[in-house]
Amino acid sequence: MSEKRRPPLPGLDGPAILREAGKLLDKRVEQPARRAFLRRGLTLGGLAMLSGCSLSDDEHVEQALSAVSRFNDRVQGWIFDPNKLAPTYPESMITRPFPFNAFYGIDDVPQVDEDSFRLEVTGLVADKRRWRLDELRAMAQVDQVTRHICVEGWSAIGKWGGVPFSDFLKRVGADLSARYVGFKCADDYYTSIDMPTALHPQTILALTYDGRTLPPEYGFPMKLRMPTKLGYKNPKHIQAIFVTNTYPGGYWEDQGYNWFGGS
Amino acid sequence: MPPQIAPIHPAWLRVAHWLNALAVVIMVMSGWRIYNAAPFFAFTFPNGITLGGWLGGALQWHFAGMWLLFFNGLFYLAMNIATGRLWRKFLPVSAGGVARDLVSALRGRLSHADPRRYNQVQRLAYLFVMADIAVLILSGLVLWKSVQFDLLRELMVGYEAARRVHFVAMALLVAFVAVHLAMVALVPRSLLAMIRGK
Repeated sequence: MSEKRRPPLPGLDGPAILREAGKLLDKRVEQPARRAFLRRGLTLGGLAMLSGCSLSDDEHVEQALSAVSRFNDRVQGWIFDPNKLAPTYPESMITRPFPFNAFYGIDDVPQVDEDSFRLEVTGLVADKRRWRLDELRAMAQVDQVTRHICVEGWSAIGKWGGVPFSDFLKRVGADLSARYVGFKCADDYYTSIDMPTALHPQTILALTYDGRTLPPEYGFPMKLRMPTKLGYKNPKHIQAIFVTNTYPGGYWEDQGYNWFGGS
Repeated sequence: MPPQIAPIHPAWLRVAHWLNALAVVIMVMSGWRIYNAAPFFAFTFPNGITLGGWLGGALQWHFAGMWLLFFNGLFYLAMNIATGRLWRKFLPVSAGGVARDLVSALRGRLSHADPRRYNQVQRLAYLFVMADIAVLILSGLVLWKSVQFDLLRELMVGYEAARRVHFVAMALLVAFVAVHLAMVALVPRSLLAMIRGK
């Protein structure tokens, strides 16, 4: 968990350190040409290498890396095959207990009240009425035993059940040619996905985990389960779904995680 | 060009070598930071020798460096094959030859009279590191896109096994680099040859 939090910028005064090092060099190196050469070697980039390699803090480096990440979003969009299914597993292979993971501890899991809960559906959809949980349960349900892969590298196999998300999007008359589907959650998490992944046959609006109502720690009242995307792309405690052509970003994505995040 | 004037290493090779060195440093250092987020052995790498500052930064470096590693590697292989250098420089290589040259090297009797010719141990080491980087790229593709590259995933015996393959291939690459640098320190003019070509 701690690894996921972005550390604050190190409290080093880069330019001051460089000036100081320059003065030291001038005293020791007599030849002007050699002095100039050594001084030119003293750069902020070089300094960053020495101070634990936080090169990413340089603004230009950060911009370049973000640009590559956007490019990687497009490449992943091209690679994505809407008909390719993630592997499924026998129930005997389910990881027990399935790990809890969020950007907060298990004591801070939001408790959503089922009776007053209404799912909000907005944006490029024909039918913007709000949904009760019962109405979602009344739709045709599917389940899957698939591997959840975390951006940290670990993976775990779990069983989720619910409404195929493509059924839901068609039911609300969503513009299926729109670019993004965004999610807002009860824990203030937010994320967004591409439409082809939203329509993938294994993308489900999960209402159950392992045959039981989705427990709070796994995302009650509902979680978008996509075995074709990393864990942070699978939002829990969904309260609002919106269809849009405007890039909505995401909680981790806005801090530097790749937006497509597909596997 | 007569062989005496021709550079020991052609310019394209020197460029590819240094770009590859840069890519390897980026990939290994950022990869250590990514490993630290969910280590599967009883150790982590000191954060001071990693790249990226945090998991998200390390991932950005890793997924940028991969393009350099991949396209430069492709260029290197294509040029090696197109110019016939692959066969000229690295083949033949035999178990007996490697054993003989290894024994001479350890006794300090291996001749470096002709830097254009790789001895059998060098041939094996360089062929090995080419294959190792190929394994790193293929297992990395499985970690990046385990659903899309399903055949590769099955070849690596699944996602979790691919993580171990990727790690072991990294460790072997780092071991190669350590030996490689030690050899360069013993024969410094090989470094000059890789910079100036002669």
